[in-house]
Amino acid sequence: MEKLLQVNNLSVSFDTYGGEVQAVRGVNFDVHKGETLAIVGESGSGKSVTTKALMRLIPQPPGRIKEGEILFEGKDLAKLSEKQMEKIRGKDISMIFQDPMTSLNPTMKIGNQIMEGLIKHQKMSRSQAKKRAVELMELVGLPDAANRVDQYPHQFSGGQRQRVVVAIALACNPKLLIADEPTTALDVTIQAQILELMKDIQKKTDSSIIFITHDLGVVANVADRVAVMYAGKIVEIGTVDEIFYNPKHPYTWGLLGSMPSLDSADEDLYAIPGTPPDLIAPPKGDAFAARNDYAMKIDFEQQPPMFKVSDTHYAATWLLHEHAPDVEPPASIQRRMQGFAQEAELNTKGDRS
Amino acid sequence: MSREKLVEIKNLKQHFKTGRHSVVKAVDGLTFDIYKGETFGLVGESGCGKSTTGRTIIRLYDATEGEVNFNGVNVHDKKNKADLKQFNREMQMIFQDPYASLNPRMKVEDIIAEGLDIHGLAKTKEARKKRVHDLLETVGLNKEHANRYPHEFSGGQRQRIGIARALAVDPSFIIADEPISALDVSIQAQVVNLLKKLQRENDLTYLFIAHDLSMVKYISDRIGVMYFGKLVELADADDLYKNPMHPYTKSLLSAIPLPDPDYERNRVREEYDPSQHDTSEEPEFCEVGPDHWVLCTTKEFEHYKKEYVSV
Repeated sequence: MEKLLQVNNLSVSFDTYGGEVQAVRGVNFDVHKGETLAIVGESGSGKSVTTKALMRLIPQPPGRIKEGEILFEGKDLAKLSEKQMEKIRGKDISMIFQDPMTSLNPTMKIGNQIMEGLIKHQKMSRSQAKKRAVELMELVGLPDAANRVDQYPHQFSGGQRQRVVVAIALACNPKLLIADEPTTALDVTIQAQILELMKDIQKKTDSSIIFITHDLGVVANVADRVAVMYAGKIVEIGTVDEIFYNPKHPYTWGLLGSMPSLDSADEDLYAIPGTPPDLIAPPKGDAFAARNDYAMKIDFEQQPPMFKVSDTHYAATWLLHEHAPDVEPPASIQRRMQGFAQEAELNTKGDRS
Repeated sequence: MSREKLVEIKNLKQHFKTGRHSVVKAVDGLTFDIYKGETFGLVGESGCGKSTTGRTIIRLYDATEGEVNFNGVNVHDKKNKADLKQFNREMQMIFQDPYASLNPRMKVEDIIAEGLDIHGLAKTKEARKKRVHDLLETVGLNKEHANRYPHEFSGGQRQRIGIARALAVDPSFIIADEPISALDVSIQAQVVNLLKKLQRENDLTYLFIAHDLSMVKYISDRIGVMYFGKLVELADADDLYKNPMHPYTKSLLSAIPLPDPDYERNRVREEYDPSQHDTSEEPEFCEVGPDHWVLCTTKEFEHYKKEYVSV
């Protein structure tokens, strides 16, 4: 598959009075054409900062991209000037934000907000742009678009506003769409509609999506691949099946175990003890070690590298080292893994016959 | 099984006047019981009136109509101060936003001990301190935390302080209004486990209000589904998930994404269309199966009954 975006060793820091907050500490990942990559993690894990850095939306100062490359179709976005970046932002890469009320301008008509990008990037005339805006509103499923194009954000409901935000993001047919918790502020039924809409549009336009969320149910629904972030690093990355049915990192076990499944009725949930570390002084070794029931001595001393599990699946935990002892994951994770192991067995048998 | 009713809610209504002629019927005729020792889950989308219900039960709002009987006594009847004080001890609340529900100018010790002071439960300064330290330990914090201010804590820790405050006066019934929705996934599990542990140890009854249906199913014994101020379905947690009857419940359940890619690939979402109901008849709350209640018309009732047996 063709790589659309390649992020190499990206580090982002914020200079504060308390010291340098290392929000993102050396992140590597690719996004292929037409796929959806989900980035999951707790608040403060650096997932939003990573994607804001891709769009060069980190306020400077206090923030700065310390090192690393963001290769978008071969161009390093980290080195572009603001002028050059303006040509890409909203055209090749666009973003959907979490809260549709704060990301729309309350004093501007919906139509004008959708048209902005079209006029700026695609050099359309106002009348052309307005026609296209109505089309886009129809595409995202807003009824009576021709009349509502002249309405203001407060005249729309929360779900409809998020549809408008999606329409703005799609206006110039971006190659990459970054969605930062696009459904967190919405009700489940509305969330389901927006997710279906995004998948539908992706099928039509073949764009790539980076989807940031902390809701693993949503991840299972939309993602092709998943990256799990903790304390500014990617600790595990793989296909959606690998992450959900064959997770290797204890943090991923914790995340999956802390969500009740429909058959885990009476046992206690597997809760990760403690809280995430302070990124002003990130701990030595594995940042997750202090909260990790499976931590070994080396976890407190040395940062584990990314170990390869399969061609698409990598995890940064010393448990995958060849000298590491065998450990038993929590019961709920073992149940998840059973199905995966059986399937893998079936597949290999299928190959032989 | 003989179950003892702790809270009895009868035809509860809460209407808000929003203008001279307009009224918002946030809660519109709610009837259900909460049994001793159980967790009753109340779910629904934002704006359906679930939080208003919780707040009306604990008398943060005065009910427009209807009764809330707690241990057989209507809480909305005018009472003398002493009775109210006693009542307030029995029923406590945990709020959604741990950042907004703790006074930023008070030390944790004083926040937790406020109830003790009001009810005169601590005879001496030492006893007060001891009780606060015990409570902090019960909720998984330690006694050094007593002298700090709320801003020094993370969201999950603050929610633990909120829980300690609710526990201080030894209540028998706790209303938890979305106690975990503002927390991170890994912290949610910690708080839910804590709530379950406290329930076992102190024989508590919970009204758990939430929109996260998978967590509600996990923690609740029975679940009520609300839609526009009315209960549309009420059943045992497992029964509700296996046998959803009302089309709104079905649409709600089919909309929850679960952390299971295989399930997600096959999930088919059902949409709820309120116009499918026969509006010529006022729907009533009927029992279609053992302890399984659905809001329906007589015709729908027959249909549901058949459907229920066939499952």
